[in-house]
Amino acid sequence: MSAVLRDDAARALLTVEHLTMRFGGLVAINDVSFAARPREITAIIGPNGAGKTTLFNCLTGFYQPTVGRLTLHHPQRGPFLLERMEGYAIPNRAGVARTFQNIRLFPQMSVLENLIIAQHNKLMRASGYTFAGLLGLPGYRKAEQAAIELARYWLDRIHLTERADWNAGNLPYGDQRRLEIARAMCTEPALLCLDEPAAGLNPRESAELNRLLTYIRDQHGIGLLLIEHDMTVVMGISDHIVVLDYGRKISDGTPEFVRNDPAVIRAYLGEEEPDEDADGVSTGA
Amino acid sequence: MAETASVRVTPTRILMRDAGLIALVVFGLSFGLVGFRIEDVSGGLALLTRFDGVFFATVLAFLGRVALTMLHERRALPVALVALPVALAVLLLQLFADALDPARSYPFRSEVVNWSLFAVALALGLRGVWLNWHHGGLLSNREARERNMDEVGAKVQQAARYLGPALLGLAIVLPFLPFADRRVLDIAILVVTYIMLGWGLNIVVGLAGLLDLGYVAFYAVGAYSYALLAQNFDLGFWTCLPLAGILAAFAGILLGFPVLRLRGDYLAIVTLGFGEIIRIILLNWYTFTGGPDGISGIPRPTFFGLELGKRASDGGETFHSFFNLTYAPIDRIIFMFYLILGLALLTNLFTLRIRKLPIGRAWEALREDETACRSLGMNPRNTKLTAFSIGAMFGGFGGSFFATRQGFISPESFTFIESAVILAIVVLGGMGSQIGVVFAAILLIGLPEFFRELQQYRMLAFGMAMVTIMVWRPSGLLAHREPTLRLHPDPDRTGAA
Repeated sequence: MSAVLRDDAARALLTVEHLTMRFGGLVAINDVSFAARPREITAIIGPNGAGKTTLFNCLTGFYQPTVGRLTLHHPQRGPFLLERMEGYAIPNRAGVARTFQNIRLFPQMSVLENLIIAQHNKLMRASGYTFAGLLGLPGYRKAEQAAIELARYWLDRIHLTERADWNAGNLPYGDQRRLEIARAMCTEPALLCLDEPAAGLNPRESAELNRLLTYIRDQHGIGLLLIEHDMTVVMGISDHIVVLDYGRKISDGTPEFVRNDPAVIRAYLGEEEPDEDADGVSTGA
Repeated sequence: MAETASVRVTPTRILMRDAGLIALVVFGLSFGLVGFRIEDVSGGLALLTRFDGVFFATVLAFLGRVALTMLHERRALPVALVALPVALAVLLLQLFADALDPARSYPFRSEVVNWSLFAVALALGLRGVWLNWHHGGLLSNREARERNMDEVGAKVQQAARYLGPALLGLAIVLPFLPFADRRVLDIAILVVTYIMLGWGLNIVVGLAGLLDLGYVAFYAVGAYSYALLAQNFDLGFWTCLPLAGILAAFAGILLGFPVLRLRGDYLAIVTLGFGEIIRIILLNWYTFTGGPDGISGIPRPTFFGLELGKRASDGGETFHSFFNLTYAPIDRIIFMFYLILGLALLTNLFTLRIRKLPIGRAWEALREDETACRSLGMNPRNTKLTAFSIGAMFGGFGGSFFATRQGFISPESFTFIESAVILAIVVLGGMGSQIGVVFAAILLIGLPEFFRELQQYRMLAFGMAMVTIMVWRPSGLLAHREPTLRLHPDPDRTGAA
């Protein structure tokens, strides 16, 4: 098992080793290990309460894992041990961006501003930590133009260029979902974590989302980590699937492998056990 | 319009029962409170009764309830027909009361009660006329009202491009207008001081969304910094001003470091506590601050080294002798007015500029969603600390101006009510709206100063105005946010759907 992990680690973008997260007596994640590679979409699936979002929160620094090691091998900046970093430093330095299950945009700010705020750290440096910016030095203005260009690039990708000056909160739901992804991409991440991006989308929007995600994978060469319940999205675009159930990893492999894995079928459809077990329960009760 | 049909009309019996119930409650309350009165007569106490007051209160509550219900159900005409003549009658009685009997006023003995009755009757009557005119007005349509007010806010902010310079021009020529006597200028200085403090607090509350109930603490730090530096080290105003700002900002960082991990209400309560702590320290650290005695003899500011007094201190020169003018005591007041105007403008320009910089956008983003900010790699603690300390710095500037204007400071000037008034200005103006702060400061500081004759009822009216605003438009009078940068320059394309 660990030999396989080492093999993977050689070309992995993210390695999760023996991750455990306990909340008091509740074990939300129990000794989970897997690896995600760049230029691949890794889907994390599992029934409700399997620990998927907790895993994301550990990865992006919202929780401090109880046990385990999370390593991000940034292609340019080298490895980072995520569990040792402060929450806000993970997107900033290690290049891990995320979206949220319930959309978290800045609703009273314009679409463009949402994308500019995502480039906050870059712009802060350019504005000389505000001092040069207050004086209106040309270096900052150039950096701001570049930031707007990057925002415009992503606005074109998500077809919101026309509505760039709208308040983000006034956009339709599907557009808000895509804007959140674009905002995460504006941080120029190495790993993008998406928490149920297709939730609440209609089939047309969901097909559009698939195109956007494959575009990000193919054109930007980054790794994507995807929590999703919509199986057409998961099976359609993911290259690698990790299945969690009750905080444990029960399967890990290509979509074909996972689809036919008896452990996965058991977790999703229930135990295909002989009848006497059910009788035992009813007589016992 | 379509709504009108859907409003159900309450049957008379139920209306009467409802109004009777209200009248009963009022009777119960007023019987004890209004009905009896203990008065100090020679040799002891006497119990006087005022049952006429109880009777009138009960009847008025009954009629008022009926009128409100009818207005709500769009039966406006009868209400207007009754209420307007009543208002007129009360007004006439008030105006010509002296002719009837100079000793008392009519119809009730208390002038305040009479004026209140007039105001309520007038409001009901006008509302009735309005509803009668605009069939199916906006009384219950809160969303439409919010949208309308947002449009008003947007228009005012667009107009602010011209309105701002116009107001500024008015402020600049104000000291030379014929009616600008000492009293008017004093009120103007007070209003501009609060405008500046409002703009300073707007950075913390309006932009960064950190509810700070202890802003007066930084005001106090600024004032005491200037007073103590000037007294102990013999430094002038212009040296102390930046020092006071820096010290206040430092105090902001010290206070902010432990408390800024809290959010919302918790932050508000802790800042309230710190505001009081600072005041109590000033009160009790007698050897350093002079305690309740305060600090007096704080030096006045100079105009490029020229003093504005009648006689120069040794080695100094006065403004009027240098320019060969005759000495006028109002010169110093005018100078003070321009000084605070300059400080306020500095605050405003700084805020307008920083809003378009990454740090300003980060503050606003933090107000919207702190979790999302963290996920974008922003350091929330440092970002909040900058907002807190910069707001504190402007509070410190305001404080040192206050110290130099008064010439005397004591902890009494820095009570919680000051924080509350400054916060009220920001909230009333519309959080984050610069021009809103100006209007709110004029409304909250200027008007009560002009109506000092109303004495203790001033604060009552203040409270009532605040409650009305909170019910009518909780987001503030002129709350409307313009994006800090646009992709499409044409404002018609924004489409705030």
